[in-house]
Order: sequence, then C-alpha cells, then structure tokens
Amino acid sequence: MNIYSIAIMVRNEYGVLNRVTNMFRRRQFNITSLTVSETETEELSRITVQFEGENDRAREQLVAQLAKLPDVIEFKEFNPDESISCELLLIKMANDNEQRRQMLDAADAFHAKIVDYTRESIIFRIAGTSNRIENFIDLMRDFEILEVCRTGIISLERGAQVMRKVTTL
Amino acid sequence: MQTLTGAQILVRTLIDQGVDIIFGYPGGTVIDIYDALYDVADRLWHVETTHEQHAAHAADGYARATGKTGVVLATSGPGATNLVTGIATAYLDSVPMVAITGNVAGSVIGTDAFQELDITGVTLPITKHNYFVRDIARLQDTVREAFALANSGRPGPVLVDIAKDVQEASYAYEPKEPIAPRPHRVPSHEVIEAAAAVINEAKRPFVYFGGGVIASGAGAEVAALADRIGAPMGCSLMGISGVPTDHPRFLGMQGMHGHYACSMAMDDSDCVIALGTRFNDRATGDRTKFRPSGKVVRIDIDSSELNKTLIDRVDVRSDVRVALSELLPLLKPNEHSEWAREIRGLRAREQGFADYRDGLCPKTIMEAIDAHREADMPLVTDVGQHQMWAAQYLSFSKPRTFISSGGLGTMGFGMGAAIGAALATGEHTILVTGDGCFAMDMAELVTAADHDIPLTVVLLNNGVLGMVRQWQSLFYGQRHSNTTLKRRIDYVAAAKAFGARARRIESVEELDAALDDAIGYDGPMLIECPIDKDEFVTPMLPTGGTMGDMVVNMDDINKRLGR
Repeated sequence: MNIYSIAIMVRNEYGVLNRVTNMFRRRQFNITSLTVSETETEELSRITVQFEGENDRAREQLVAQLAKLPDVIEFKEFNPDESISCELLLIKMANDNEQRRQMLDAADAFHAKIVDYTRESIIFRIAGTSNRIENFIDLMRDFEILEVCRTGIISLERGAQVMRKVTTL
Repeated sequence: MQTLTGAQILVRTLIDQGVDIIFGYPGGTVIDIYDALYDVADRLWHVETTHEQHAAHAADGYARATGKTGVVLATSGPGATNLVTGIATAYLDSVPMVAITGNVAGSVIGTDAFQELDITGVTLPITKHNYFVRDIARLQDTVREAFALANSGRPGPVLVDIAKDVQEASYAYEPKEPIAPRPHRVPSHEVIEAAAAVINEAKRPFVYFGGGVIASGAGAEVAALADRIGAPMGCSLMGISGVPTDHPRFLGMQGMHGHYACSMAMDDSDCVIALGTRFNDRATGDRTKFRPSGKVVRIDIDSSELNKTLIDRVDVRSDVRVALSELLPLLKPNEHSEWAREIRGLRAREQGFADYRDGLCPKTIMEAIDAHREADMPLVTDVGQHQMWAAQYLSFSKPRTFISSGGLGTMGFGMGAAIGAALATGEHTILVTGDGCFAMDMAELVTAADHDIPLTVVLLNNGVLGMVRQWQSLFYGQRHSNTTLKRRIDYVAAAKAFGARARRIESVEELDAALDDAIGYDGPMLIECPIDKDEFVTPMLPTGGTMGDMVVNMDDINKRLGR
C-alpha cells in the first residue's frame, strides 16, 4: 500500500464532503487523514485527504473520478518534497505528582505548549509533521494518556504557486 | 417579469428547456407540481405510468431514442425510491436524464416526516450530480444547471429534489434560455499524432466502438476510419446501431455473447482502436489475460474511463467525432490484405458454427422481426437470453434504434423504455422480451393501451429464467434452482385484460401474420412465442475465460454436458 496526499478545493455547500468521501468509499480507498475547512473565500472549502492506494493507476483513477464531481473546483496532488505538511495534536494527560516532572521535561523537549492545567490533568498542544506527533504520543505512553485528538494533515505547496487564484472564482 | 409559484416556475422552466413529454406518477409532495401541469397540458404532456420505476425507464427510453434529455417526476419517499433502479440504469449506460422528486416541507425536513426520504443521499452514487432545492430563489437556475449537466460531456442522470414549501412559495420568473453546452475540447495535436503513429504502424488494426459513438453521433466517422485503414469493426452491446450492421467491415458484437469472428479478430489484432467504450468485464473476460500483446488507442470523453482497464495504450480524451475528424487526415490509407484474408477465414469459420434449425426458435423469431421491422422503428429489449439473441441476429441501419439496458442489466426495463421510445419518435416500436422480464413490467401494457401507443411486444416464453438456467446447466451441474417458473399466467388473456391486443403463435408463418397485424395496429399488441427452455445463447465466453475458452454453438455445449 502506498500513501497519497491530495488537496481538493470544493464549493462550500452542505453535502459536498459526503460527495467527495463517497468517491473514496466507492473505489475502496481507505482514508488515513482528512481535514476540511473554509478558505479565504466563503464560497470555497479546502479538503486535504491522505489515503492508502494499491498503486499509481488506482490513484489516477480516483483522482479522475474526483475531478468529474461538479462541486470539485480544483485539486492538487502533493509531492512530499515540494510541499509543507503538518498537523496539530491535543493530548490530555493525567497530572500525577510522581511523574509530573518527567512528563513536563519530555513535553519541553518537543516544545509542546501547556494549554490547560488542573490538579488532575494537563493538556498539551503540539504542531508538526505526522512523524513528530507520533513520536510525541509514543513518548507520552510512558505516562497516563487520558485522551488524544489530532486534526489530520494540512498541506500547502512550497513557493508562490497557489491552487486557485481567488479572483477567478 | 411575473411572480409565480415554485411549482409553476418548475414547469415553465421545463418548457424553456424544450421538454415536451415527462413521465411520472403523482403523490403528496408533488401535488403542487401536478397542479401546475394542469395549466400547461397543451405544451407539456405528462404520461402517467403504473409504477415510478417504469416512468424512469420511459424517460430513459425517450432519451436513448432521441439523444434529448428524458424527464421523470415522482413524489417523495417510496415514489423517489421507486426511481432508483431507473436512475441507476441510466447512469450505467450514460443516458441523459433529469429526475425530479418532491420532498417534505423545509419545516419538517430531518424529522422523519411522512414520506420523507433523503433521496439525494440515496442517489449519490448513481447520479452525475444531484440537488436538494430549499430556496425558491435557486429553483430556476438549479433546473437549468441540471439539464446542462445531464446532457454535457459524458451524459448521465441528474436528480433535483424540491421541498414542498419551495413549490408553494412565490418568486419572480422570467424565461431564460437553456445553458449552452460547453464546446467539446479539441485534443492536442501531439496526442492525435501519437495515436496516428500507432495506428499507421499496425498490421492488424481493429476498430472497436461502444455507446460513446452513438452519444457523439460519430457513426459515419467510425465507418470512414475503418475504410481508410482497412480494419474490421466490432462493437460492444451499447455500440449496436452505431454503424449499420450490414457494413461490409462490421463483424458484430464482441464479448461474452459476441459474434465469434468479431471476438477472435479483436483478440488477434495488434492494434485496437477503442472508441467511446469502457472495456466492461462482459467484453473482456479475464482482464488480466485480455489482449496481452497488442496496443490500444482509446478515444473517450471521460478521462476516468481511460486508465481504468488496459495498460499499453494511447489515450485521447475527447468526444469521438471531434477526435476522429482530427485523426482521419493523419492516417495512411491501407488495405491490409493479409489481415483481411484472416478475417474472411474467421467469418467462414463462424458460418460453420451456426446452428441452423427450422421451426420456431430464437433465430427464426429474430429473422421474422427483422423482415417486418422498418429501419426507423426502435427495437427495445429487456434483459437476458432474448436480449442477446436480439443483439446477435437483428440488423440495424440507423443509430439509436437499438435500446437495451447494458451496464446495469435491468430486468423489467423493456416496457417502460419501449413506451418512452415510441412516444419520443412517433414510430411503431418493437419490444423483444422474455417471460421473466415481462412479468416484472407487463403492467405497463395498461399505459400503452391507455395512450394507444404503437407497440409490438414479442414475448419469448420458455417458462424459465433462461440466462440463469443456462449458467446453471453449464456451470452448476444442471441444478436449476428457482429458475423454472411454474406460473400459470395466460399472457394473451392478461394482455387483453389490460386493454392490449394479443396472440399466441406456434409457427414462423403465424408469427409473420401476427407481426403484420401488430405493426399495422396503432396500439399495443402482444405476440407470445413459445420456445424451448433449453435454447442457449452461443457463442459464450465463460466468466473469467479467455477467447480460447469460447463455447461456439449448441454441439459444443452438448459435448460439454455429455449429451
């Protein structure tokens, strides 16, 4: 299985996400990461999808099917070398007196930010590549993880190129 | 500028789109639309079927026979779900259709109100696109967009679901022109040259076409291509009628039940030029073993079809007619006399396989139909053995005259589609069906009789579900599970009860006389033709087999069955 990553610019209307993800379901692709949000223009949403595919032909087929959806305005396949990708993690840890110091040291080493602190729990926030985030979660397994939430991957192409000039909408 | 209700805006917009007939069935959430139809009955004819599924098939038959977008109307909930098979049938065969459904009022949407159903959700995978209209300000343009989408690029069905409060509300209306279709993009010169280079190098070229040639109206260009490069031609089920079947280079249908010479020639060719066809599994057999050596030049309007199946190929993403008009001047005229000799050999071999029998049998029934049918008459089929016999034995000289459910293979398609084709063309229409299918759609004889629709129904009655039985005989040890129909239907009496004429025939002579009567009659007539339950469709390529595994005729089958 190969991992592929694409960004899809879609009309910002109800049901559009369903149309896009339905295409992955129909062609039996497993989505490993999905993020959706409005863009700088209200009319457009940006969907970033990472998915597993058998081979490049399967991926080509999926992309060709996606391109046919009337709600899809533009899409971009990402080459890891020519794009910036990151995701955000919120992780809630048990605030244990005996292990607190070690836990805070580990968090510090990863530049994790404490965004919530109570007697019973601490929430750390950390941004970075999926790899970095996985490493941090792995480190936290030495302590008591209460809850984990990741945003999924967002990506932009390096340089001045853009997926779609807003003025042409 | 007028102020009209949503329902009135809808029917006016349909008329603005050039719609003259819609097929449908009334219900609670479309009552306003039916009320609006009442006022425009002189301009927009609503044909009411006995079931929404057949209304969808009628819209489909209308579209296949003319190339115009077919329109079907149904109420929410069960009315909408009854359309699903009809929409899916159109989707799989790329037929332009706009399906309009009512839905409950906006105030109760999401509450599981009476007959509320998320039909846009249900039809998501079987439509090119669908809309749920909640805002009357969007109604007119949504309907216009739906028509533009249904009949542009690769055609297909689009569904427009309209909330009841939108139908009731009032809004400004001004007639607007239909949205002009986007002009076909012309493929780049590099791509056309690459395609031409491959074709010019070929020693055994083969022209293979599908439904895209009919959608594109490219029959003449396809024949010109074959003539110029000295290639035989074959087609998929969906391609039938794209090129006249008596064209000297035409070998017939390719695939699981295709003509022997056609399937073998395609398998033997060193360059298949595939036009508007998608290499469905019924055409290729085992895909991994399908044509391992030769090259393929593909022309298709849908880029997602181009990389789906075959590897060694040149892809031209284009409307077939547009691409061929660019490609033809670059092709070297050729005779390929050696290849032509091989083709003649295959044809002679095919003649040797033919099962010749006197008396009433599928072949003689089809020959009788052929003798009576005029070139413009739509020939519609249901699905199963009779469909394959019709595809194999009948001749066609005009595009859009062979109408059949290919991709989805929908039993029960025939009556609705035949009604649609007859009303669309004004021609006497012939439906070839079997007793399995006809039991699914015979209620539509009521519609045909009510509207005096000129329709001849040739029912091949073998008392079994013949195609499944054939498989059971060949591959399931003759265990004929649930395919022997012990029904006591008197089809002649039933047809008469529905208001149609009907006759059962026992010989070819009686069939000839009955066809004379039926085709001369401006209404529906059923002709019941008893045939043996062990008539098989040959040739046959077993699923997953290669051309070498082809079962060529009944002798071959009997040998395999040890009888």
